[in-house]
Amino acid sequence: MAIEVRIPTILRTYTDGAKLVEGSGATLAEVLADLETRYTGIHERIVDEAGLRRFVNVYLNDEDVRFLDGINTAVADGDVVTVLPAVAGG
Amino acid sequence: MRFESLLDSVGHTPLIGLPRLSPSADVRLWAKMEDRNPTGSIKDRAALRMIEQAEADGLLRPGCTILEPTSGNTGISLAMAARLKGYRLVVVMPENTSIERRQLLHMYGASIHFSPAAGGSNEAVRVAKNMAAEHPDWVMLYQYGNPANSLAHYETTGPEILADLPTITHFVAGLGTTGTLMGTGRFLREHVPGVEIIAAEPRYGEVVYGLRNIDEGFIPELYDESVLTTRYSVAARDAVRRTRELLDLEGIFAGISTGGILHAALGTAAKAHKEGRKADIAFIVCDGGWKYLSTGAYEGTLDDAEDALDGELWA
Repeated sequence: MAIEVRIPTILRTYTDGAKLVEGSGATLAEVLADLETRYTGIHERIVDEAGLRRFVNVYLNDEDVRFLDGINTAVADGDVVTVLPAVAGG
Repeated sequence: MRFESLLDSVGHTPLIGLPRLSPSADVRLWAKMEDRNPTGSIKDRAALRMIEQAEADGLLRPGCTILEPTSGNTGISLAMAARLKGYRLVVVMPENTSIERRQLLHMYGASIHFSPAAGGSNEAVRVAKNMAAEHPDWVMLYQYGNPANSLAHYETTGPEILADLPTITHFVAGLGTTGTLMGTGRFLREHVPGVEIIAAEPRYGEVVYGLRNIDEGFIPELYDESVLTTRYSVAARDAVRRTRELLDLEGIFAGISTGGILHAALGTAAKAHKEGRKADIAFIVCDGGWKYLSTGAYEGTLDDAEDALDGELWA
């Protein structure tokens, strides 16, 4: 299954500058593990022992996965995953 | 309605039904018109509440200087209140914000200290914290962590919405300082069993996320995830498209962040309609479109508008 993953500028050092990469897996955790096999080091920039890193937001089709099932959120072919650092508004 | 002064007139905004954008008679959208506040945005509520709390706490005395990091609206609200109450105001604002915001701040007599575009409001917060350390006599109200910000909405926005719409099932607002969602959300959760609280967060162009390190990200101290039901990230293109629809179909001329909120509200409405549930969905119109005319969001194709907003702090 192909899941499109959008990579923020700050993590593109791991993807040879690519903004968009493809991953496979049935859950977000599996997709991130799959990315790690090709983009060494990216996994620990997004996830730590507790789950998603504090200042990283991950969206599945624009919905924050923290309100779904976190890194265990199910993903399906054609889904878009967006990774972004947390920023201020206001 | 009569008020003793402009400051006394903050809030009391109308809630307006959207018969054309609502999917059916059972699933209705309601716009809380916060552009009707004295300086034209919802931030008047939080700004006034934070100033009055600081006065009550003895932090602010006549002649004091207020310092605040803001992408615009909070600064404009503070500038108006500071002008009327006799304080000096210094705002730290990212340089990638619209010209109209600067003009208004200057008219109200505020000093603007620009922070770099890269990093957006994160950078403005960092710069303001450094300036506060250099000027210990200045009072930083700090909207991101000041409980009076969310209290303003707990005490006014929430009760006003509930009084006008006792059948409310969903509340949708923008996520910036998180004050609107935390305050209104807490109030509604205490009074409406099962109410859903939905956040719409602007997804900016890449320069705004230009941090040096992912651990330099920023989460406002006011933010409490447990108040929210869910949270959506809305791209500039969707926000602009909805801003235009709101004007085309319902006649409401709103700012771009309101389009982002409407996008999340329409998604919520479509879901309720599909599931055959009744819903009364209230969402926030944060401000009017006047301050964003120069951005190019209101003319040309969606592609043009998307390009024009890339790198801008549009919400």
